Amino acid sequence: MSRLSDLRRGATATVRAVEGVRSFRRRLLEMGLVPGTQVKVVNFAPLGDPLFIEVRGARWSLRKQEAAEILIAPDAPAAAGVP
Amino acid sequence: MSPPDAPSSPPAIAADSPASAAGAAVAPLGAPLVALVGNPNVGKTTLFNALTGSFAKVSNYPGITVERRSGVHRAGGRALEILDVPGTYSLVARSAEEQLAIDSIVGLGGQPRPELVVLCVDATQLSRSLYLLLQCQELGARCMVALTMVEEAGASAPDPKKLSAILGCPVVATDARRGRGAEVLGQAMVDALQAPSAPVWRWTPSPSLQESMQKVRAKLPEGWPQNDGMALWALSSVDDEHELAHIPEALRREVSACKLDQALDDEPVLGRWRFLDDQVSRATVGQPDRSRTERIDRVLLHRGLGFAAFLGVMFVIFMSLFAWSEPAIGAVEAIFELAKDGARGVLGQGVFADFITDGVIAGVGAVLVFLPQILLLFLFLGFLEDCGYLARVAYLMDRIMRTMNLHGRAFVPMLSGFACAVPAVMATRTMERRRDRILTMMVVPLMTCSARLPVYTLVIAALIPASHTVQGLLMVGMYAFSVVTSLIAALVLSRVMRPLRAKRLPFFIELPPYRFPRMRGVLLMMWQRSSMFLREAGTVILVCSMALWALLYFPRHLPKSAPDYDAMIAVAPEAERPALENAKASALLLGSYGGRLGHAIEPAIEPLGFDWKIGVGLIGAFAAREVFVSTMGIVYSVGGEADETDTGLRQALRDERTAEGKPAYPPLVGLSLMIFFALACQCMSTLAVVKRETGGYRWPAFLFAYMTGLAWVVTFVVYQGGRLLGF
Repeated sequence: MSRLSDLRRGATATVRAVEGVRSFRRRLLEMGLVPGTQVKVVNFAPLGDPLFIEVRGARWSLRKQEAAEILIAPDAPAAAGVP
Repeated sequence: MSPPDAPSSPPAIAADSPASAAGAAVAPLGAPLVALVGNPNVGKTTLFNALTGSFAKVSNYPGITVERRSGVHRAGGRALEILDVPGTYSLVARSAEEQLAIDSIVGLGGQPRPELVVLCVDATQLSRSLYLLLQCQELGARCMVALTMVEEAGASAPDPKKLSAILGCPVVATDARRGRGAEVLGQAMVDALQAPSAPVWRWTPSPSLQESMQKVRAKLPEGWPQNDGMALWALSSVDDEHELAHIPEALRREVSACKLDQALDDEPVLGRWRFLDDQVSRATVGQPDRSRTERIDRVLLHRGLGFAAFLGVMFVIFMSLFAWSEPAIGAVEAIFELAKDGARGVLGQGVFADFITDGVIAGVGAVLVFLPQILLLFLFLGFLEDCGYLARVAYLMDRIMRTMNLHGRAFVPMLSGFACAVPAVMATRTMERRRDRILTMMVVPLMTCSARLPVYTLVIAALIPASHTVQGLLMVGMYAFSVVTSLIAALVLSRVMRPLRAKRLPFFIELPPYRFPRMRGVLLMMWQRSSMFLREAGTVILVCSMALWALLYFPRHLPKSAPDYDAMIAVAPEAERPALENAKASALLLGSYGGRLGHAIEPAIEPLGFDWKIGVGLIGAFAAREVFVSTMGIVYSVGGEADETDTGLRQALRDERTAEGKPAYPPLVGLSLMIFFALACQCMSTLAVVKRETGGYRWPAFLFAYMTGLAWVVTFVVYQGGRLLGF
């Protein structure tokens, strides 16, 4: 299964599960990153990290390492990789 | 029904008592308490300001240093006490600060239980904002919803009637940004107070979760709501590493014994979201227009342009801070000179007159003279925060912060450190773990706080002969220096100090949409924070100024070897009198307790380029950095009382000569002085607040020792190196 950290800029995906320690997982879930939610990688910070993602119309920042805790199903390749 | 829930008789409105006059911040006795709750960035505080007419009573939550803001709203002849609960995304808590939300909603930890909870719900972020409502409803709180950002949501704004039917509570649309809707909301609050309150669940817990909730419910302490919502809160919040307050050990043990697996742990969150996703979408049409935020982010978060814009913003802020505040500072200085002259005219000569003019008035002036810069800085910070850029700063800077083992959230306290280390140290409470808080506290005092500004301003203006541009650049350089040293200090401390080592922490922060700042809110916050500076720093400064004046004034004995100045002055020609009076004042100062102390430490600071007068200033500055300036002011007004030219402290420093007649403070000494002040921990208030936050003397003692040691070594290298290079 892919991870959010694998996505390229502009790619969208659907959340499958959130891993990681309890407080981190809960926080992300409570913000609405529940399985089935659409997530988009909008950009990367100037130094390549953290990521800048869009979930439910809100914009969030999280580090690559943390994005690796989010398991996703990438949307159709046609949509992924579009800049 | 328990007494707090019983419908109280209509509160007596003491319309004639001064406390309840329009605009008062103190609620009349018996006014129902209404808690405003919501996510960060939803316009909750703006709504609070609109409801209470900006007359907030600002105090601290007991035990922790987070602002508690309450005020009074009048609707239909009734007074309501409004409480602005700190913004949060969830009631589940891991730290004492996050616990404030639950404490304020159900009335724990000494907080009164509100009779109504108003959820401030961002109309553009409906589901996420309403997640909090579901938690409140499970706890049995009497709830209603105030929709904010309705105009921003535009056509996608939800229909309040539909939403109300779905949520089972009143929903009112407001437009807090324009101040409209406060009356409508006020009336709705009064109406909502009549509604019954009972727990509402939008999802059904599984049998095994119910079993755990039942067990935990039996261990809930007295005074807590004895319901499933509270039990679920405990199950979700308490664990073996929690940092919550007032959790009985029996409850912790019971939660620990339940050993929820991941599926059970996630169940409430997923259950609530299932309801929100299924139901709430029915009340909305389409998505709010975010194209403006997207366009701005494309520039401000761009790889190259983003960093350039960031540097530009910071440069503009600090340049203008340096240049724009100058006329205001001059005005304050002039006013206090006039006040001193006036007081002297009334009081004449003598110990009391000296105390009032040189001790009290000069001390107050030394505090107020820096208000312009503090106001400006808080204006900029409030502006950046309000328009949404401050969160982007954390995003842009995280990669760097992390390298130094600092949490991304540490950026905000460190940025606050530019204003004052005291609130910045308090702001470290937004971090979950103690290790992150302490590490941040240990480096925040290295940031260029506003108390250093007076020292830098004085030193740069008096001792660095250069154009305004170069002087401004030097100021920017001092800021950059403080950022670099604090980051390096964080890296070194987190490697060297065992209690400060730690794993990485999540950095999941919201980047709110760009919004036009609400100037009223920004100005209000600016005023509240500035008055906090005056109250908390100003009083310390004033007391220290007066104590130091006494230290430098008494015992007022001339040494036996000294000539009889008074007799000489009496017979001297007019032109020679000032010099004689100067000499007499110097002799008195030399003999004062402060002068002796300054002499005593001179051997330790001589290698840094400082003489004993600076030594006296440094002694004073250990009370608070800016006291250095008022100390030097007293040092020189004592020495220069008869100075006819009256050119002020800057000229006095420039004119100071060594025994050989050379300038006592060449530019190199100015630089040394600034570096010493950048690094040394000369702030009693910072140490006091660190002691309070860490709960012991260990960390403040360490902070003081490492910063002062660092300051001495670096200043030594700079001064001696500069001399070797011929400066």
